[in-house]
Amino acid sequence: MSKKSRKTIAHPGTTKAVSRRKVIKGAGAVAGLAAGSGLVKGFPYVMAADPITLRYASTAVTQDTRLAAKVKEDLGITIQYIPLTSDDVVKTAVTQPNRFDILEPEVWMVKKIVPSGNLRGMDTRRIKQAGNITTVFTEGKVAGKKIGDQGTAPIKVVYLTGEESKTFSKDATRWMSIIPSVYNADTLGIRPDLIGRPIENWHELLNPEFKGKAAILNIPSIGIMDAAMVVESMGEHTYGDKGNMTRDEIDLTIKVLTEAKKAGQFRAFWKEFNESVNLMASGEVVIQSMWSPAVTKVRSQGIPCIYQPLKEGYRAWASGIALPVTLKGKKLDAAYELINWYLSGWAGAFLNRQGYYSAVLSTAEASMEPYEWDYWMLGKPAAKDIKAPDGTVIEKAGTVRDGGSFNERMGAVACWNAVMDENRYMVRKWNEFIAA
Amino acid sequence: MRSHRPTVAYLQAAPLALVFLLFFVVPLVLTVIVSVWDYNEYQIIPDFTFNNYREIFEGCIADLPALCVTFKTYWSTVKYGFLVWLCTLVIGFTIAYFLAFHVRTLTVQIVLFLICTIPFWTSNVIRMISWIPLLGRNGLVNDALLGLGLVSERQEWLLFSGFSVVLAFVHLYTLFMIVPIFNSMMRIDRTLLEAANDAGASGWQTLTNVVIPLCKPGITIGSIFVITIVMGDFITIGVMGGQQIASIGKVIQVEMSYLQFPAAAANAVILLAVVLMIIYAMTRLVDIRKEL
Repeated sequence: MSKKSRKTIAHPGTTKAVSRRKVIKGAGAVAGLAAGSGLVKGFPYVMAADPITLRYASTAVTQDTRLAAKVKEDLGITIQYIPLTSDDVVKTAVTQPNRFDILEPEVWMVKKIVPSGNLRGMDTRRIKQAGNITTVFTEGKVAGKKIGDQGTAPIKVVYLTGEESKTFSKDATRWMSIIPSVYNADTLGIRPDLIGRPIENWHELLNPEFKGKAAILNIPSIGIMDAAMVVESMGEHTYGDKGNMTRDEIDLTIKVLTEAKKAGQFRAFWKEFNESVNLMASGEVVIQSMWSPAVTKVRSQGIPCIYQPLKEGYRAWASGIALPVTLKGKKLDAAYELINWYLSGWAGAFLNRQGYYSAVLSTAEASMEPYEWDYWMLGKPAAKDIKAPDGTVIEKAGTVRDGGSFNERMGAVACWNAVMDENRYMVRKWNEFIAA
Repeated sequence: MRSHRPTVAYLQAAPLALVFLLFFVVPLVLTVIVSVWDYNEYQIIPDFTFNNYREIFEGCIADLPALCVTFKTYWSTVKYGFLVWLCTLVIGFTIAYFLAFHVRTLTVQIVLFLICTIPFWTSNVIRMISWIPLLGRNGLVNDALLGLGLVSERQEWLLFSGFSVVLAFVHLYTLFMIVPIFNSMMRIDRTLLEAANDAGASGWQTLTNVVIPLCKPGITIGSIFVITIVMGDFITIGVMGGQQIASIGKVIQVEMSYLQFPAAAANAVILLAVVLMIIYAMTRLVDIRKEL
């Protein structure tokens, strides 16, 4: 998941010479922005006659102004983005459900938010494409085959027992907690030119051959799952659930990491998208945990980089659209309208072209060129140059997507981003690892 | 002596006092309060517990002489604080000395001073990232060393190491040392130097007996700047240390990002206490108020 520029926030009054008046005006604009983002409750943002504005709270990853512009064009609904950090998404959803009309949490967050009773179960009867939502979410399967469900797999949290329910349902119901928006499968990125041999397992991350040339991400909840994939691959331990470890399992995982660190295995840890790009592009690191857009970015600099599929499978993540229980009347109708639009194809194609996956594949396919679909979803060699939504060429004709087709990639998911019951303990242990 | 009406003086001091109260004292008090609260995944719970402090020091006494995480982290933070302080002091003093005593005209002094601020013309993060193509495994320094035949293989200790952390800090913060020391030096009466010379003191004796003692306030102020900045830093240590080197600021930042505010607050309170002790010790050595 990349940190995109937050285009929605403009800094007021920076261009011209600063006068006292301008400063005051700027302050006013800041106040207006604060009011618009819901910090000041009950402040009417749009004074015009009847257009509907939906406040859309999520991490910046999926907040694309091009999406919002298309919504405005097609539906006349104004999307007002409220960018939050992933921690703030949970906090806001739990403590201030009035701050937003639409929420796009990651799946693991849903596990924490639903018990607060602040999410509305979405009525699948009002969602036209509900029956076509990918089975990754609705059945935990890809092409009829069950996929890994360790961690917070979507299937565990996607159904609720009722419209205003605080509990998840194991079986499919009429009420969904989230409608999937984007998801993907993460793995290790490698520099094939500097490694010079095939890489097939997660344990290669700690292979002494790459001493001083490996990296892992310093985001405890994700980093520890990547580490768990490595530990399992080494044959040291088989976890009951990599996304919900016991204290002993946390201790063991941190011990393996600490030993590797002391032996000088890691060149660096990274925390931000661009750091990972830098490490890889400069050759400081030849194997590391990575996110898909980062691999694309390294490659766009003309440097070979592979998002390497591994035998043990992928660590997956997913986001979805959720509605607060407080949403009523016209705004609720507009929200359903937005969701139906989201699933109707344009948005799906838009996301697929960035290397993510979208909720309803059939409509996305109809909105993409056949050669694009073949490349992104079927794992076939690109018949023409592959372009990003903004028109830049990201892959030359003839290339094949790393990991292959949707079925191959999502079918090989081993676990999902998660929040552990022992989260507090895990964070402490992770800090020890960094200090070691 | 003129007689002051105390109320007027208080009124004059009131605006600044109010700003300090609002933006310094209140947040500080809140931090201390939150540090004894409890917390769970997504909220902080009013309470009165020393659990946060206990967790920070868990096993620290029992493990001695081996250092527990907290002690290790503080040791590493203090170590970098000391190294950076030493380097910035030596370099900063030398530059200030040159500017104050060897550069004769004001224009040249101003120009050279502006040159010293060049590192601040770009953002902190960009400055630090620019070290990578220079010091990295495939960077310019390595290329040069190999080309000159000084080393036979590429050196890894140049980047993501204690060395690169200190280097970046020194590059960033030497100016904070230069400015107050330069200021002190400019206030030294030049006739004192002449007198020392006339009395037969060597250049070195003048430096140690006249210049350095008179620069003490500048040195102290510069030291306070540098040490407080380095002790609380997590970005420079993070980027230049490859996120592998512990600093107390980093620990606090991780806890904040996991909404563990009480734990972060407890760490912040301890850090504050440590830094205050260091500053107290320094001001015992030099009475800034008297010297100014």
